[in-house]
Amino acid sequence: MKLLSIKKIIAAISAAAVALSLAACSGSDNKGSADAGSDNLYRTVDEIKESGKIDIGVFSDKNPFGYVDNNGEYQGYDVYFAKRIAADLGVELNLVSVEAANRVEYLTTGKVDIILANFTVTAERAEKVDFALPYMKVALGVVSPDSAVITSADDLSGKKLIVVKGTTAEQFFTENYPDTELVKFDEYNEAYSALQDGRGDAFSTDNTEVLAWAMQNPGFTVGIESLGSLDTIAPAVTKGNESLLNWLNDEIKGLAGEQFFHADYDATLAQVYGDTVDKENLVVEGGVVE
Amino acid sequence: MQGYEVLFQGNNFLRLLGGLWVTIRISLISIALSLVLGIFLGAAMRMKNKAVRAVCRSYLEFVRIMPQLVLLFIVFFGIVKATGLNLSGEVSAVIVFTVWGTAETGDLVRGAFDSVPKHQYESAQALGLDRFGVYRYVILPQAVRILIPNLINLSTRMIKTTAFVSLIGVTEVLKVGKQIIDANRYDAPDAALWVYGAIFFMYFIICFPLSLFSRKLAKKYKQN
Repeated sequence: MKLLSIKKIIAAISAAAVALSLAACSGSDNKGSADAGSDNLYRTVDEIKESGKIDIGVFSDKNPFGYVDNNGEYQGYDVYFAKRIAADLGVELNLVSVEAANRVEYLTTGKVDIILANFTVTAERAEKVDFALPYMKVALGVVSPDSAVITSADDLSGKKLIVVKGTTAEQFFTENYPDTELVKFDEYNEAYSALQDGRGDAFSTDNTEVLAWAMQNPGFTVGIESLGSLDTIAPAVTKGNESLLNWLNDEIKGLAGEQFFHADYDATLAQVYGDTVDKENLVVEGGVVE
Repeated sequence: MQGYEVLFQGNNFLRLLGGLWVTIRISLISIALSLVLGIFLGAAMRMKNKAVRAVCRSYLEFVRIMPQLVLLFIVFFGIVKATGLNLSGEVSAVIVFTVWGTAETGDLVRGAFDSVPKHQYESAQALGLDRFGVYRYVILPQAVRILIPNLINLSTRMIKTTAFVSLIGVTEVLKVGKQIIDANRYDAPDAALWVYGAIFFMYFIICFPLSLFSRKLAKKYKQN
Protein backbone atom coordinates (compact mmCIF):
# COMPACT_ATOMS: atom_id res chain seq x y z
CA MET A 1 0.00 0.00 0.00
CA LYS A 2 2.76 2.36 0.97
CA LEU A 3 4.61 1.94 -2.29
CA LEU A 4 1.44 2.30 -4.28
CA SER A 5 0.83 5.72 -2.82
CA ILE A 6 4.41 6.72 -3.60
CA LYS A 7 3.80 5.68 -7.20
CA LYS A 8 0.72 7.86 -7.29
CA ILE A 9 2.66 10.83 -5.97
CA ILE A 10 5.36 10.31 -8.58
CA ALA A 11 2.73 10.13 -11.29
CA ALA A 12 1.22 13.35 -10.01
CA ILE A 13 4.62 15.07 -9.96
CA SER A 14 5.46 13.93 -13.50
CA ALA A 15 2.05 15.13 -14.69
CA ALA A 16 2.66 18.48 -13.07
CA ALA A 17 6.12 18.71 -14.65
CA VAL A 18 4.71 17.95 -18.11
CA ALA A 19 1.96 20.52 -17.60
CA LEU A 20 4.51 23.11 -16.50
CA SER A 21 6.78 22.54 -19.47
CA LEU A 22 3.79 22.70 -21.82
CA ALA A 23 2.75 25.97 -20.23
CA ALA A 24 6.30 27.22 -20.66
CA CYS A 25 6.29 26.27 -24.35
CA SER A 26 2.95 27.87 -25.07
CA GLY A 27 4.16 30.90 -23.16
CA SER A 28 6.89 31.45 -25.72
CA ASP A 29 4.33 31.81 -28.50
CA ASN A 30 2.70 34.81 -26.92
CA LYS A 31 5.37 36.19 -24.65
CA GLY A 32 3.79 39.61 -25.00
CA SER A 33 1.35 38.64 -22.30
CA ALA A 34 4.16 38.56 -19.81
CA ASP A 35 5.26 42.13 -20.34
CA ALA A 36 2.29 44.36 -20.86
CA GLY A 37 1.47 44.09 -24.52
CA SER A 38 4.96 44.68 -25.90
CA ASP A 39 6.63 42.03 -28.03
CA ASN A 40 10.04 42.90 -26.69
CA LEU A 41 11.85 42.31 -23.45
CA TYR A 42 13.12 45.88 -23.18
CA ARG A 43 11.36 48.88 -21.63
CA THR A 44 10.85 52.22 -23.35
CA VAL A 45 11.54 55.54 -21.61
CA ASP A 46 7.81 55.94 -20.86
CA GLU A 47 7.60 52.47 -19.33
CA ILE A 48 10.66 53.17 -17.16
CA LYS A 49 9.19 56.48 -15.97
CA GLU A 50 5.87 54.81 -15.29
CA SER A 51 7.51 52.11 -13.16
CA GLY A 52 9.45 54.78 -11.23
CA LYS A 53 12.67 52.77 -11.30
CA ILE A 54 15.53 52.20 -13.73
CA ASP A 55 17.80 49.14 -13.66
CA ILE A 56 21.38 49.94 -14.65
CA GLY A 57 24.09 47.28 -14.82
CA VAL A 58 27.48 48.34 -13.46
CA PHE A 59 30.62 46.59 -12.29
CA SER A 60 30.88 46.11 -8.54
CA ASP A 61 34.60 45.28 -8.49
CA LYS A 62 36.29 47.44 -11.12
CA ASN A 63 37.72 50.36 -9.23
CA PRO A 64 37.63 53.25 -10.27
CA PHE A 65 34.85 52.69 -12.87
CA GLY A 66 32.29 50.76 -10.87
CA TYR A 67 32.95 49.40 -7.39
CA VAL A 68 31.46 49.13 -3.93
CA ASP A 69 33.27 51.14 -1.28
CA ASN A 70 33.97 50.10 2.32
CA ASN A 71 30.56 51.34 3.39
CA GLY A 72 28.77 49.19 0.83
CA GLU A 73 27.95 52.13 -1.48
CA TYR A 74 28.44 51.95 -5.25
CA GLN A 75 31.07 54.42 -6.50
CA GLY A 76 33.04 55.18 -9.65
CA TYR A 77 33.01 56.95 -12.99
CA ASP A 78 30.20 54.79 -14.42
CA VAL A 79 28.14 54.96 -11.22
CA TYR A 80 28.40 58.77 -11.12
CA PHE A 81 26.83 58.87 -14.60
CA ALA A 82 24.19 56.25 -13.67
CA LYS A 83 23.05 58.43 -10.76
CA ARG A 84 22.67 61.40 -13.09
CA ILE A 85 20.64 59.35 -15.61
CA ALA A 86 18.20 58.28 -12.90
CA ALA A 87 17.94 61.84 -11.58
CA ASP A 88 17.22 63.27 -15.03
CA LEU A 89 14.61 60.61 -15.74
CA GLY A 90 13.11 61.38 -12.35
CA VAL A 91 13.17 57.74 -11.27
CA GLU A 92 14.77 55.67 -8.55
CA LEU A 93 18.12 54.06 -9.41
CA ASN A 94 18.57 50.32 -9.04
CA LEU A 95 22.19 49.30 -9.66
CA VAL A 96 22.73 45.69 -10.72
CA SER A 97 26.14 44.08 -10.34
CA VAL A 98 27.24 42.60 -13.68
CA GLU A 99 30.33 40.74 -14.86
CA ALA A 100 32.35 41.36 -18.01
CA ALA A 101 31.21 38.01 -19.40
CA ASN A 102 27.44 38.52 -18.97
CA ARG A 103 26.98 42.20 -19.88
CA VAL A 104 25.49 41.42 -23.31
CA GLU A 105 23.12 38.77 -21.91
CA TYR A 106 21.72 41.18 -19.32
CA LEU A 107 20.64 43.47 -22.17
CA THR A 108 19.35 40.83 -24.59
CA THR A 109 17.12 39.45 -21.85
CA GLY A 110 16.01 42.87 -20.61
CA LYS A 111 17.24 42.14 -17.07
CA VAL A 112 18.63 45.69 -17.01
CA ASP A 113 17.66 48.79 -19.01
CA ILE A 114 21.18 50.13 -19.52
CA ILE A 115 24.68 48.70 -19.17
CA LEU A 116 27.20 51.22 -17.87
CA ALA A 117 30.05 48.86 -17.12
CA ASN A 118 33.15 50.26 -18.82
CA PHE A 119 31.71 48.75 -22.01
CA THR A 120 34.17 49.13 -24.91
CA VAL A 121 32.45 49.62 -28.26
CA THR A 122 33.32 46.83 -30.71
CA ALA A 123 31.74 45.82 -34.02
CA GLU A 124 31.03 42.34 -32.68
CA ARG A 125 29.14 43.65 -29.63
CA ALA A 126 27.27 46.23 -31.73
CA GLU A 127 25.55 43.35 -33.53
CA LYS A 128 23.90 42.29 -30.28
CA VAL A 129 23.33 45.54 -28.38
CA ASP A 130 22.85 49.20 -29.29
CA PHE A 131 25.60 51.56 -28.13
CA ALA A 132 24.79 55.18 -27.33
CA LEU A 133 27.33 57.99 -27.75
CA PRO A 134 30.65 57.40 -25.96
CA TYR A 135 31.49 59.05 -22.64
CA MET A 136 35.08 57.88 -22.33
CA LYS A 137 37.98 56.70 -24.47
CA VAL A 138 41.00 54.51 -23.90
CA ALA A 139 44.20 54.09 -25.85
CA LEU A 140 47.65 52.73 -25.08
CA GLY A 141 49.94 54.34 -22.52
CA VAL A 142 53.66 53.87 -21.98
CA VAL A 143 55.17 53.99 -18.48
CA SER A 144 58.90 54.28 -17.88
CA PRO A 145 61.31 55.09 -15.00
CA ASP A 146 61.76 58.75 -14.06
CA SER A 147 65.48 58.43 -14.83
CA ALA A 148 64.81 57.79 -18.53
CA VAL A 149 61.27 58.81 -19.42
CA ILE A 150 60.08 57.72 -22.85
CA THR A 151 57.91 60.48 -24.28
CA SER A 152 57.37 59.33 -27.86
CA ALA A 153 57.03 55.96 -29.54
CA ASP A 154 60.01 56.79 -31.79
CA ASP A 155 62.24 56.97 -28.70
CA LEU A 156 61.61 53.25 -28.24
CA SER A 157 63.52 52.31 -31.39
CA GLY A 158 66.16 49.75 -30.44
CA LYS A 159 64.98 49.70 -26.83
CA LYS A 160 63.29 47.00 -24.80
CA LEU A 161 59.55 47.44 -24.35
CA ILE A 162 57.67 45.19 -21.95
CA VAL A 163 54.21 44.02 -23.09
CA VAL A 164 51.68 41.44 -21.93
CA LYS A 165 50.93 38.68 -24.46
CA GLY A 166 47.65 39.00 -26.32
CA THR A 167 47.10 42.67 -25.51
CA THR A 168 46.50 45.44 -28.03
CA ALA A 169 49.91 46.86 -27.04
CA GLU A 170 51.72 43.75 -28.31
CA GLN A 171 49.83 43.90 -31.60
CA PHE A 172 50.27 47.65 -32.04
CA PHE A 173 54.05 47.71 -31.54
CA THR A 174 54.64 44.57 -33.62
CA GLU A 175 52.79 46.14 -36.54
CA ASN A 176 53.86 49.76 -36.30
CA TYR A 177 57.24 49.84 -34.56
CA PRO A 178 59.18 46.76 -35.65
CA ASP A 179 62.44 48.35 -34.44
CA THR A 180 61.26 48.11 -30.84
CA GLU A 181 62.41 44.99 -29.06
CA LEU A 182 59.44 43.44 -27.23
CA VAL A 183 59.84 41.62 -23.92
CA LYS A 184 56.67 39.54 -23.46
CA PHE A 185 55.00 38.28 -20.31
CA ASP A 186 51.84 36.30 -19.59
CA GLU A 187 50.68 38.23 -16.54
CA TYR A 188 50.39 41.89 -15.62
CA ASN A 189 52.17 41.46 -12.29
CA GLU A 190 55.14 39.76 -14.01
CA ALA A 191 55.33 42.65 -16.47
CA TYR A 192 55.30 45.23 -13.68
CA SER A 193 58.02 43.41 -11.73
CA ALA A 194 60.11 43.26 -14.90
CA LEU A 195 59.77 47.02 -15.29
CA GLN A 196 60.76 47.56 -11.66
CA ASP A 197 63.77 45.25 -12.04
CA GLY A 198 64.95 47.13 -15.14
CA ARG A 199 64.47 44.19 -17.48
CA GLY A 200 62.98 46.64 -19.97
CA ASP A 201 63.08 50.36 -20.71
CA ALA A 202 59.31 50.85 -20.62
CA PHE A 203 55.99 49.02 -20.34
CA SER A 204 52.92 49.53 -22.50
CA THR A 205 49.29 48.56 -22.04
CA ASP A 206 45.91 50.38 -21.70
CA ASN A 207 46.50 53.93 -20.54
CA THR A 208 43.93 53.65 -17.72
CA GLU A 209 45.99 50.77 -16.33
CA VAL A 210 49.48 52.35 -16.52
CA LEU A 211 48.25 55.73 -15.25
CA ALA A 212 46.80 54.17 -12.11
CA TRP A 213 49.92 52.07 -11.58
CA ALA A 214 52.31 55.02 -11.97
CA MET A 215 50.32 56.93 -9.33
CA GLN A 216 50.93 54.12 -6.85
CA ASN A 217 54.58 53.58 -7.74
CA PRO A 218 56.78 56.64 -7.25
CA GLY A 219 59.80 56.72 -9.55
CA PHE A 220 57.77 55.89 -12.65
CA THR A 221 56.04 58.25 -15.08
CA VAL A 222 53.60 57.75 -17.91
CA GLY A 223 55.55 59.58 -20.66
CA ILE A 224 53.04 58.69 -23.38
CA GLU A 225 49.45 58.97 -22.20
CA SER A 226 47.63 58.19 -25.43
CA LEU A 227 48.91 56.16 -28.34
CA GLY A 228 47.53 53.90 -31.02
CA SER A 229 43.92 53.44 -32.05
CA LEU A 230 41.30 54.86 -29.72
CA ASP A 231 38.68 52.62 -28.20
CA THR A 232 35.54 54.29 -26.97
CA ILE A 233 33.42 53.38 -23.98
CA ALA A 234 29.68 53.93 -24.19
CA PRO A 235 26.39 53.06 -22.49
CA ALA A 236 24.52 50.23 -24.18
CA VAL A 237 20.82 49.37 -24.37
CA THR A 238 18.89 46.34 -25.63
CA LYS A 239 19.00 46.03 -29.44
CA GLY A 240 16.09 47.95 -30.89
CA ASN A 241 15.29 50.06 -27.84
CA GLU A 242 15.32 53.30 -29.83
CA SER A 243 13.33 55.22 -27.29
CA LEU A 244 15.93 54.79 -24.56
CA LEU A 245 18.86 55.04 -27.01
CA ASN A 246 17.67 58.41 -28.30
CA TRP A 247 17.04 59.65 -24.79
CA LEU A 248 20.59 58.65 -23.77
CA ASN A 249 22.16 60.33 -26.81
CA ASP A 250 20.25 63.54 -26.09
CA GLU A 251 21.28 63.29 -22.45
CA ILE A 252 24.98 62.90 -23.32
CA LYS A 253 24.83 65.81 -25.77
CA GLY A 254 22.98 67.94 -23.24
CA LEU A 255 25.50 67.23 -20.48
CA ALA A 256 28.34 68.66 -22.61
CA GLY A 257 27.14 72.18 -21.74
CA GLU A 258 28.05 71.72 -18.10
CA GLN A 259 31.16 69.60 -18.86
CA PHE A 260 29.57 66.82 -16.83
CA PHE A 261 32.16 64.14 -17.58
CA HIS A 262 35.01 66.44 -16.57
CA ALA A 263 33.27 66.81 -13.21
CA ASP A 264 32.78 63.03 -13.16
CA TYR A 265 36.53 62.61 -13.77
CA ASP A 266 37.38 64.99 -10.91
CA ALA A 267 35.02 63.17 -8.55
CA THR A 268 36.06 59.61 -9.33
CA LEU A 269 39.15 59.15 -11.52
CA ALA A 270 41.36 62.03 -10.33
CA GLN A 271 42.19 60.28 -7.07
CA VAL A 272 43.50 57.28 -8.99
CA TYR A 273 45.19 58.94 -11.98
CA GLY A 274 46.43 62.09 -10.28
CA ASP A 275 46.22 65.72 -11.33
CA THR A 276 49.09 65.61 -13.78
CA VAL A 277 47.18 63.50 -16.32
CA ASP A 278 45.60 65.29 -19.26
CA LYS A 279 41.87 64.63 -18.79
CA GLU A 280 41.28 65.08 -22.51
CA ASN A 281 43.05 61.74 -23.08
CA LEU A 282 40.26 59.91 -21.26
CA VAL A 283 37.12 62.01 -21.06
CA VAL A 284 34.67 62.32 -23.95
CA GLU A 285 32.20 65.20 -23.74
CA GLY A 286 28.96 65.33 -25.75
CA GLY A 287 29.82 62.07 -27.49
CA VAL A 288 32.39 63.82 -29.69
CA VAL A 289 35.70 61.98 -30.13
CA GLU A 290 38.38 64.05 -31.90
CA MET B 1 47.03 50.52 4.98
CA GLN B 2 47.78 47.00 6.16
CA GLY B 3 45.89 44.17 4.46
CA TYR B 4 44.08 42.92 7.55
CA GLU B 5 42.78 46.42 8.40
CA VAL B 6 40.67 46.29 5.25
CA LEU B 7 38.46 43.65 6.88
CA PHE B 8 37.38 46.15 9.52
CA GLN B 9 37.06 49.28 7.35
CA GLY B 10 33.55 50.73 7.15
CA ASN B 11 31.08 47.89 7.41
CA ASN B 12 33.17 45.42 5.41
CA PHE B 13 33.01 42.65 7.99
CA LEU B 14 29.23 42.95 8.28
CA ARG B 15 28.97 42.84 4.50
CA LEU B 16 31.04 39.65 4.41
CA LEU B 17 28.69 38.12 6.99
CA GLY B 18 25.74 39.34 4.91
CA GLY B 19 27.26 37.61 1.89
CA LEU B 20 27.77 34.48 3.94
CA TRP B 21 24.09 34.56 4.89
CA VAL B 22 23.15 34.68 1.19
CA THR B 23 25.39 31.63 0.63
CA ILE B 24 23.83 29.77 3.56
CA ARG B 25 20.27 30.74 2.61
CA ILE B 26 20.58 29.50 -0.98
CA SER B 27 22.33 26.30 0.15
CA LEU B 28 19.90 25.47 2.96
CA ILE B 29 16.75 25.98 0.90
CA SER B 30 18.20 23.98 -1.99
CA ILE B 31 19.43 21.17 0.26
CA ALA B 32 16.07 20.92 2.05
CA LEU B 33 14.11 20.82 -1.22
CA SER B 34 16.60 18.34 -2.72
CA LEU B 35 16.18 16.00 0.24
CA VAL B 36 12.40 15.86 -0.05
CA LEU B 37 12.32 15.59 -3.85
CA GLY B 38 15.35 13.28 -3.92
CA ILE B 39 13.60 10.67 -1.79
CA PHE B 40 10.77 10.49 -4.34
CA LEU B 41 13.26 10.39 -7.19
CA GLY B 42 15.17 7.59 -5.48
CA ALA B 43 11.93 5.63 -5.08
CA ALA B 44 11.12 6.20 -8.75
CA MET B 45 14.57 5.00 -9.74
CA ARG B 46 13.89 1.70 -8.01
CA MET B 47 10.57 1.09 -9.73
CA LYS B 48 10.24 -1.90 -12.03
CA ASN B 49 8.75 0.23 -14.81
CA LYS B 50 11.51 0.64 -17.39
CA ALA B 51 10.14 3.87 -18.85
CA VAL B 52 10.15 5.59 -15.43
CA ARG B 53 13.69 4.36 -14.78
CA ALA B 54 14.88 5.60 -18.18
CA VAL B 55 13.39 9.06 -17.57
CA CYS B 56 15.05 9.26 -14.14
CA ARG B 57 18.35 8.05 -15.54
CA SER B 58 18.32 10.64 -18.36
CA TYR B 59 17.48 13.39 -15.88
CA LEU B 60 20.39 12.36 -13.65
CA GLU B 61 22.86 12.11 -16.54
CA PHE B 62 21.71 15.44 -17.98
CA VAL B 63 22.25 17.26 -14.69
CA ARG B 64 25.59 15.55 -14.11
CA ILE B 65 26.94 16.33 -17.57
CA MET B 66 25.83 19.98 -17.61
CA PRO B 67 28.20 22.24 -15.66
CA GLN B 68 26.30 24.05 -12.90
CA LEU B 69 27.31 27.37 -14.43
CA VAL B 70 25.60 26.48 -17.70
CA LEU B 71 22.45 25.47 -15.81
CA LEU B 72 22.50 28.80 -13.96
CA PHE B 73 22.75 30.72 -17.24
CA ILE B 74 19.97 28.64 -18.81
CA VAL B 75 17.60 29.33 -15.94
CA PHE B 76 18.55 32.97 -15.33
CA PHE B 77 18.80 34.16 -18.95
CA GLY B 78 17.25 31.34 -20.99
CA ILE B 79 13.85 31.29 -19.31
CA VAL B 80 13.32 35.02 -19.91
CA LYS B 81 14.13 34.59 -23.59
CA ALA B 82 11.84 31.59 -23.96
CA THR B 83 8.88 32.65 -21.84
CA GLY B 84 9.28 36.27 -20.75
CA LEU B 85 9.27 35.07 -17.14
CA ASN B 86 11.90 37.15 -15.34
CA LEU B 87 13.33 35.20 -12.40
CA SER B 88 15.58 36.88 -9.85
CA GLY B 89 19.14 35.62 -9.48
CA GLU B 90 18.48 34.04 -6.12
CA VAL B 91 15.34 32.18 -7.27
CA SER B 92 17.25 30.95 -10.34
CA ALA B 93 20.05 29.76 -8.06
CA VAL B 94 17.65 27.84 -5.79
CA ILE B 95 16.01 26.23 -8.84
CA VAL B 96 19.34 25.10 -10.31
CA PHE B 97 20.76 23.83 -7.04
CA THR B 98 17.52 22.00 -6.27
CA VAL B 99 17.45 20.40 -9.73
CA TRP B 100 21.07 19.32 -9.27
CA GLY B 101 20.69 18.30 -5.61
CA THR B 102 17.53 16.30 -6.30
CA ALA B 103 19.25 14.29 -9.01
CA GLU B 104 22.24 13.53 -6.81
CA THR B 105 20.12 12.80 -3.72
CA GLY B 106 17.88 10.51 -5.77
CA ASP B 107 20.88 8.54 -6.94
CA LEU B 108 22.24 8.31 -3.39
CA VAL B 109 18.86 7.09 -2.08
CA ARG B 110 18.67 4.52 -4.88
CA GLY B 111 22.22 3.37 -4.19
CA ALA B 112 21.61 3.11 -0.44
CA PHE B 113 18.52 0.91 -0.84
CA ASP B 114 20.14 -1.17 -3.58
CA SER B 115 23.12 -1.87 -1.37
CA VAL B 116 20.97 -3.58 1.27
CA PRO B 117 21.38 -7.29 0.35
CA LYS B 118 18.34 -9.00 -1.15
CA HIS B 119 18.27 -11.66 1.56
CA GLN B 120 17.48 -8.92 4.09
CA TYR B 121 14.19 -8.23 2.29
CA GLU B 122 13.44 -11.94 2.01
CA SER B 123 14.33 -12.79 5.60
CA ALA B 124 12.19 -9.91 6.88
CA GLN B 125 9.24 -11.18 4.84
CA ALA B 126 9.86 -14.69 6.10
CA LEU B 127 9.53 -13.35 9.62
CA GLY B 128 6.00 -12.31 8.74
CA LEU B 129 6.51 -8.57 8.46
CA ASP B 130 4.23 -6.77 6.03
CA ARG B 131 5.70 -4.49 3.36
CA PHE B 132 5.65 -1.45 5.65
CA GLY B 133 7.28 -3.42 8.42
CA VAL B 134 10.04 -4.69 6.15
CA TYR B 135 11.04 -1.14 5.25
CA ARG B 136 10.43 0.41 8.66
CA TYR B 137 12.29 -2.11 10.81
CA VAL B 138 14.79 -3.82 8.52
CA ILE B 139 15.68 -1.97 5.32
CA LEU B 140 15.42 1.69 6.33
CA PRO B 141 17.82 1.52 9.30
CA GLN B 142 20.46 -0.14 7.10
CA ALA B 143 19.95 2.19 4.14
CA VAL B 144 20.03 5.34 6.25
CA ARG B 145 23.43 4.56 7.74
CA ILE B 146 24.86 4.39 4.21
CA LEU B 147 22.88 7.41 3.08
CA ILE B 148 23.61 10.01 5.77
CA PRO B 149 27.39 10.43 5.32
CA ASN B 150 26.88 10.66 1.55
CA LEU B 151 24.15 13.28 1.93
CA ILE B 152 26.34 15.40 4.17
CA ASN B 153 29.10 15.12 1.61
CA LEU B 154 26.71 16.33 -1.07
CA SER B 155 25.59 19.22 1.16
CA THR B 156 29.13 20.55 1.62
CA ARG B 157 29.67 20.25 -2.13
CA MET B 158 26.50 22.26 -2.74
CA ILE B 159 27.53 24.95 -0.25
CA LYS B 160 30.87 25.41 -1.99
CA THR B 161 29.37 25.42 -5.48
CA THR B 162 27.09 28.36 -4.61
CA ALA B 163 30.12 30.59 -5.30
CA PHE B 164 29.00 30.43 -8.96
CA VAL B 165 25.86 32.45 -8.28
CA SER B 166 27.78 35.74 -8.39
CA LEU B 167 27.82 35.21 -12.17
CA ILE B 168 24.05 35.69 -12.27
CA GLY B 169 24.21 38.82 -10.15
CA VAL B 170 23.77 37.35 -6.67
CA THR B 171 26.24 38.93 -4.27
CA GLU B 172 27.32 36.03 -2.08
CA VAL B 173 30.29 35.92 0.27
CA LEU B 174 33.01 35.43 -2.36
CA LYS B 175 31.69 38.30 -4.49
CA VAL B 176 31.59 40.61 -1.46
CA GLY B 177 35.22 39.63 -0.87
CA LYS B 178 36.19 40.55 -4.44
CA GLN B 179 34.39 43.88 -4.06
CA ILE B 180 36.28 44.64 -0.85
CA ILE B 181 39.65 43.71 -2.37
CA ASP B 182 38.96 45.83 -5.43
CA ALA B 183 37.67 48.86 -3.53
CA ASN B 184 41.00 48.91 -1.66
CA ARG B 185 43.29 47.87 -4.52
CA TYR B 186 45.18 51.18 -4.46
CA ASP B 187 45.34 51.65 -0.67
CA ALA B 188 45.96 48.06 0.40
CA PRO B 189 47.30 45.95 -2.47
CA ASP B 190 47.92 42.95 -0.18
CA ALA B 191 44.33 42.83 1.12
CA ALA B 192 43.50 39.83 -1.10
CA LEU B 193 45.31 37.35 1.14
CA TRP B 194 43.46 38.56 4.24
CA VAL B 195 40.03 38.80 2.66
CA TYR B 196 40.29 35.37 1.01
CA GLY B 197 41.67 34.05 4.29
CA ALA B 198 38.60 35.33 6.14
CA ILE B 199 36.30 33.78 3.53
CA PHE B 200 38.14 30.47 3.76
CA PHE B 201 37.56 30.57 7.49
CA MET B 202 33.85 31.30 7.02
CA TYR B 203 33.36 28.37 4.62
CA PHE B 204 35.34 26.24 7.03
CA ILE B 205 33.08 27.15 9.95
CA ILE B 206 30.01 26.02 8.00
CA CYS B 207 31.42 22.95 6.29
CA PHE B 208 33.69 21.54 8.97
CA PRO B 209 30.96 20.74 11.55
CA LEU B 210 29.11 18.94 8.74
CA SER B 211 32.20 16.88 7.88
CA LEU B 212 32.76 16.17 11.54
CA PHE B 213 29.15 15.07 11.97
CA SER B 214 29.44 12.81 8.93
CA ARG B 215 32.65 11.24 10.26
CA LYS B 216 31.03 10.68 13.65
CA LEU B 217 28.03 8.97 12.06
CA ALA B 218 30.24 6.79 9.89
CA LYS B 219 32.20 5.72 12.96
CA LYS B 220 29.06 5.03 14.95
CA TYR B 221 27.58 2.78 12.27
CA LYS B 222 30.85 0.95 11.80
CA GLN B 223 30.79 -0.11 15.44
CA ASN B 224 27.27 -1.51 15.19
